[in-house]
Amino acid sequence: MSTGWTREQMAARAALDIPDGSYVNLGIGIPELVTQFVPEGREFIYHTENGLLGMGPPPAEDERDLDLMNAGKKYVTAVPGAAYFHHADSFSMIRGGHIDVCVLGTMQVAANGDIANWSTGAPDAIPAVGGAMDLVQGVKKIYVITQHTTKTGEPKLVEKCSYPLTGPGVVSRIYTNLAVVDVTPDGFQVVELAPGVTFEEVEKSTGASILPAE
Amino acid sequence: MINKTCPSAAEAIADVFDGAVVMVGGFGASGSPIELIHALIDQGAKDLTLINNNTGNGEVGLAALIANGQVSKMICSFPRSSQSRVFPKLYREGKIELELVPQGTLAERIRAAGAGIPAFYTPTTVGTVLAEGKELRDFNGRSYVMEPWLKADFALVKCEVADPLGNLTFNKTARNFSPLMCMAATTGIVQAKYLVAAGDIDPEHVITPGIFVNRIVEVADPVHEDTLIAAGASYP
Repeated sequence: MSTGWTREQMAARAALDIPDGSYVNLGIGIPELVTQFVPEGREFIYHTENGLLGMGPPPAEDERDLDLMNAGKKYVTAVPGAAYFHHADSFSMIRGGHIDVCVLGTMQVAANGDIANWSTGAPDAIPAVGGAMDLVQGVKKIYVITQHTTKTGEPKLVEKCSYPLTGPGVVSRIYTNLAVVDVTPDGFQVVELAPGVTFEEVEKSTGASILPAE
Repeated sequence: MINKTCPSAAEAIADVFDGAVVMVGGFGASGSPIELIHALIDQGAKDLTLINNNTGNGEVGLAALIANGQVSKMICSFPRSSQSRVFPKLYREGKIELELVPQGTLAERIRAAGAGIPAFYTPTTVGTVLAEGKELRDFNGRSYVMEPWLKADFALVKCEVADPLGNLTFNKTARNFSPLMCMAATTGIVQAKYLVAAGDIDPEHVITPGIFVNRIVEVADPVHEDTLIAAGASYP
């Protein structure tokens, strides 16, 4: 029986790979937990694409400012030294290559780094893309945090995405409940296994060929 | 002395015509010019093309304008959210058109229109279904998609402080698309929480210079979309 990493441990593991002083954009869900696990002695500056650099933690309910939200439309705070700006400046930070790391959730990620996280392509779905396509094309490093499989046990790390792409060949590293996996020119490669997890278990839960750790 | 102030929201939006393209500032609830939108509901212009990041929430503001049957097309990046019900229903019934634009491309298309740049190239959407049918061009070995500017007849935005010349400041993340929309629209219409005398805004602190603004109406105590929704409000 594998144990693997919790959501918090996945976020903590991803935080270890983010250098001190990085400008970081976090997707909705598990990526948001990264803020709780900044390694000792490092400082990250959080960008939220609706127009804030220097995003702080959520406020107490009675200290909410209705004009201070993040891209997930949740109330946030601004840290000392924060800056506000309009959308063209905010997406210049993204598209101009000024943001160092973006950590995203996903529906699927492929062995060549393709990511699909915006639409299932179902005919009755309301398509909604937000800033996902801008982020994957513009940010220097794209990290993904995701459960290794869906709730029904389908692999999320696949040979080829079946859902519509957010961007081709953009992901560099994936943090799952089972392992840290790199996207290499030879496809997926395990970097590190979660405690109690074997390579064979990871291989069985992956929808593409995967190389063991070197 | 130039004075762009208007006595009421109703007068500020009176000439919005049927079939107009209207940009509306706001990102979700923050920065949404609720009073101007509600005035537009009262005024009744229809067959509008609306440009906003989202499609409104609950049954107030943008969502109420759509529910009132005044909007035939929506240009936005994220048309659904936990509180958005009006647009998804009409879209599924085939009663409203959607042009889905990535958020950064939407912002840049609006900025480009304001800057007089008819089109630009971006890597955003390359290799995805949203690039289908669009012109691709390689620069330095990387593929880019051409995106056209996005103009409007009117922009409706909310700001924090305005002076009679149209110089504006905003509050925190309520700024979002509003400065760009003022640039890109033929007529920029602003509701301001505080209307101050010319010179009261430090020129170094002006976010939107008055040249991009045509009309200002003071709304001293603006309602917030989230407050209305929490109260279960609907409009009209």
